[in-house]
Amino acid sequence: MIPEIGHYALVLALSVAALQAAVPMIGARMGADNLMMLAKPLARAQFLLIATSFITLIISFVLTDLTVSYVVANSNSTLPLFYRISAVWGAHEGSLLLWVLILSAWTFALTLFDKPLPLKLNADIIGILGIISFGFLLFTLFTSNPFDRVIPPPQSGRDLNPLLQDFGLIVHPPMLYMGYVGFAVPFAFAVAGLLNNQINSAWAKWVRPWTLIAWAFLGLGIALGSWWAYYELGWGGWWFWDPVENASFMPWLLGTALIHSIVVTQKKAIFKHWTVLLAIVTFGLSLVGTFLVRSGVLTSVHAFATDPARGVFILMFLAIVIGGALLVFTFYKPDAAQEPHGSVLSRESFLLTNSVLLSVATATVLLGTLYPLMIDALGLGKISVGAPYFNTVFIPLMAPLLILIGLGQRAFWTNDSFRRLSDAAKYPLLATMILALGTWGMIDDTSPIMALFGLVLALWVIFSTLAGQIRHYRSSKKLITPYLGQSISHIGFAITVIGITLVSSYGLEKHLRMSEGETTTFGGYKFRFAGASAISGPNYNGTEAIFLVHSENKFEARLAPQKRNYHSGGQTMTEAGISPGLTRDIYIALGEKINDTDWSVRLNIKPFVRLIWLGAILMAFGAITALGFGNATKTSHQSQKSNQTNTTTKISE
Amino acid sequence: MKILAFLIFGMFIGIVNGQAFLVDEKTFTHAGNQLRYDALMEELRCLVCQNQSLADSGAGLAQDLRKKVVAMIENGNSDQEIKDYMVQRYGEFILYRPRLNYATVMLWFGPFVLLLVAIGVIMRIVQSSQSNHTSQKVSSKNKLYDDGEHS
Amino acid sequence: MRQLIPFSIFIILIIFFAIGLTKDPRLIPSPLVGEPLPVRQLDELRTAETTLLTSNLIGSSFILNVWASWCAACLEEHHLLMELATQDAIPIVGLNYKDTRQDALKWLYKNGDPYLQTWFDPTGEFGMELGVYGVPETFFVDRTGTIRHKHIGPLDRINIAKAIDILNAEQNSSL
Repeated sequence: MIPEIGHYALVLALSVAALQAAVPMIGARMGADNLMMLAKPLARAQFLLIATSFITLIISFVLTDLTVSYVVANSNSTLPLFYRISAVWGAHEGSLLLWVLILSAWTFALTLFDKPLPLKLNADIIGILGIISFGFLLFTLFTSNPFDRVIPPPQSGRDLNPLLQDFGLIVHPPMLYMGYVGFAVPFAFAVAGLLNNQINSAWAKWVRPWTLIAWAFLGLGIALGSWWAYYELGWGGWWFWDPVENASFMPWLLGTALIHSIVVTQKKAIFKHWTVLLAIVTFGLSLVGTFLVRSGVLTSVHAFATDPARGVFILMFLAIVIGGALLVFTFYKPDAAQEPHGSVLSRESFLLTNSVLLSVATATVLLGTLYPLMIDALGLGKISVGAPYFNTVFIPLMAPLLILIGLGQRAFWTNDSFRRLSDAAKYPLLATMILALGTWGMIDDTSPIMALFGLVLALWVIFSTLAGQIRHYRSSKKLITPYLGQSISHIGFAITVIGITLVSSYGLEKHLRMSEGETTTFGGYKFRFAGASAISGPNYNGTEAIFLVHSENKFEARLAPQKRNYHSGGQTMTEAGISPGLTRDIYIALGEKINDTDWSVRLNIKPFVRLIWLGAILMAFGAITALGFGNATKTSHQSQKSNQTNTTTKISE
Repeated sequence: MKILAFLIFGMFIGIVNGQAFLVDEKTFTHAGNQLRYDALMEELRCLVCQNQSLADSGAGLAQDLRKKVVAMIENGNSDQEIKDYMVQRYGEFILYRPRLNYATVMLWFGPFVLLLVAIGVIMRIVQSSQSNHTSQKVSSKNKLYDDGEHS
Repeated sequence: MRQLIPFSIFIILIIFFAIGLTKDPRLIPSPLVGEPLPVRQLDELRTAETTLLTSNLIGSSFILNVWASWCAACLEEHHLLMELATQDAIPIVGLNYKDTRQDALKWLYKNGDPYLQTWFDPTGEFGMELGVYGVPETFFVDRTGTIRHKHIGPLDRINIAKAIDILNAEQNSSL
């Protein structure tokens, strides 16, 4: 009964989505207020229906209802409760339902904050989101229905892939989807703005908070994925340039460009074409990602069980939605005359450069990810484009970006001079060089030069941000401002860069064979293999090895890496033993059992790896701070007015 | 679809036979060989577990290939010779760093070209509005709020 | 019109994706097609003699089938090979890959032996020469000893027919 409720709710949601897509937009074209006002109740009804559907799916999993084929494929009664719930989004059908749920949740949120929006614009925004929702619901119901029944039910369910039986599955997909799907909102704003020819400062002001929140979630989702891969996969890697990882990274990169472009459009009502295009393409990349993961065109460890028929559907949907939006963009001609762009070294110039650099970086990742596909499609054979390629082309693009962050955030709007900027930069630059050279020199005699570059760039960002933040606080007398959010995010980015630089340059690894009781010295630590014993868990059994780690003068950690054999799937998993720390992770993974006393082991020292994820958390936190609670960012019109009133009050320094 | 099934099944059998996840330890005659080996392992792709490099993959074939690379390094073969050996038998697919040839020109030079185009675009936009801008100068208003006020 | 560029690039992308849907990214074509089959001295599975691979087969095209007793998909295609063997259209030789002699012989006894000869490659060394990455794989070799086609995965009638056509075309063109 319960799956039926879920199923019917979903079908109803499809009808509501159709109405939501059509009615408000028709009303907007006709100028019919009553039709446009239906946007809000329709959007809310859709959310309630999809939420109901989702809840019934959760219940089916909690009860391990084996008459539902999706439950059979992904769960069984011995699976612990938390994993039974997260198994809901562990495979294609359920994660698609999550996608649709989150889209309706975002739309619902929009209806809560639609007061400042003109009725027509709002109607179009909700309508466009309705079109997207309709497409995905159609896709779900016709090709990927999580409520399909299997009668008679089997004796037991298969199992959730052991790799997914982890905290990571509970948080990573929902967080990622909140961001991924969240970019549909700026997309809808963009297309609605184009249709109504209302891309202006006010529009930018309205779309900015939604973009910031989506970006923050996506960043957190990616960081969670990286962290999860790090401790779960057992090899100590945190980024593989896997096509599906890239699929989530690209909207984030372009979303960063989008945020910076929105800032300019809000302040000076310029870059309209660029901002709108970024908003469309960012969500376009989200959809491309959905296509890549679920269609089977690319091999990836993340790819869901793939089916070309599904791929066709998503591709058509992608073509219609993004193609349609880009077509509207092609004919866009802004009404109002744009304000003039500032001088070469104005803030808007820096922001433009930033935006363009990030777009080139995104395009580079896209090129590398899709290249094997394109070569194959052209009949030129099969090649691989992996980490060596991406690292070679991507990292050099980040260097100018880091330099620009430091300068750009100090630059004046409209007009600035080289002399003034270099004056602003001198103390941060000095502090940077002293600290970077000092740290680099201290670490090791043979420190790689790349480490120095990374440190210099990251420290430059930190010091110039601090200098700018102090300056800002002094002149505005307020701490909690959107500017603070910007500072936090920029510092967060620098911290991530430091983490990446240090772990890449100074990380150590050793493979060796160890006997029980044996001790080995490595990376300044002493590792003692204390012993191995049999273990068992709710749905697995295996071996656990105990390692005692000491540094020169004290005890560091007791680590217990495991080798697990899962009953139902027969898979063997390796659970790493990790001693987390701010300045270093000690990471031990078990290889194969060689004989009764000997094991093959992998020892790792990972300095400052946690900074990578801490930086990401800061970036997201900064974005939320930049929402500016109680401190609304002014539009260009308002800025001009306050400029005039403020000439009379000089602040002496 | 069938092929996918058989490949996955093949992997499964490999795992059940205890051939997967064997982390082999090596002792090389020279320390430099260890570094070369580590570097090569990140450059070669596993054909069975296609999402992993030879460094990370536990598949039976990956083990065999690792052994081969060790043997070739100890034998004195250069990195280029080892890669050529692999490509001769498994195709370009096995290299994670695509070799530069007429098919991959766009891949390797694309990002650089894009960057040049981007810089050109920026310069065009900034310069085209310089003519509009010559009349404006740095005003005292702007001096007070070097951080663009509240943005 | 510059504003048309994004839309145009997007359409090209969609076309690539559409073509991509017809391809299988996991299939790796063999670089050995068009190259001579590597020749080695290997042990024969049943007689345990060491012989030169293909010494009996000069002058006719043949099929080299790579198989193992632990491979389920090999079992799937086996009846087709048995059929081919009884038809006597084209000689079939086998390469037993990463297996034990005992298991391999038992498997052949149980399921039938379509192979003129089976070579024994317990370490997979020769398989590496052939670029084998999963079993079953089948090579179609022409009269001159050149590999003309490699099929990855279990065989089916259509693929066998296509491959034999390729071999015949080579044969006719060289006459």
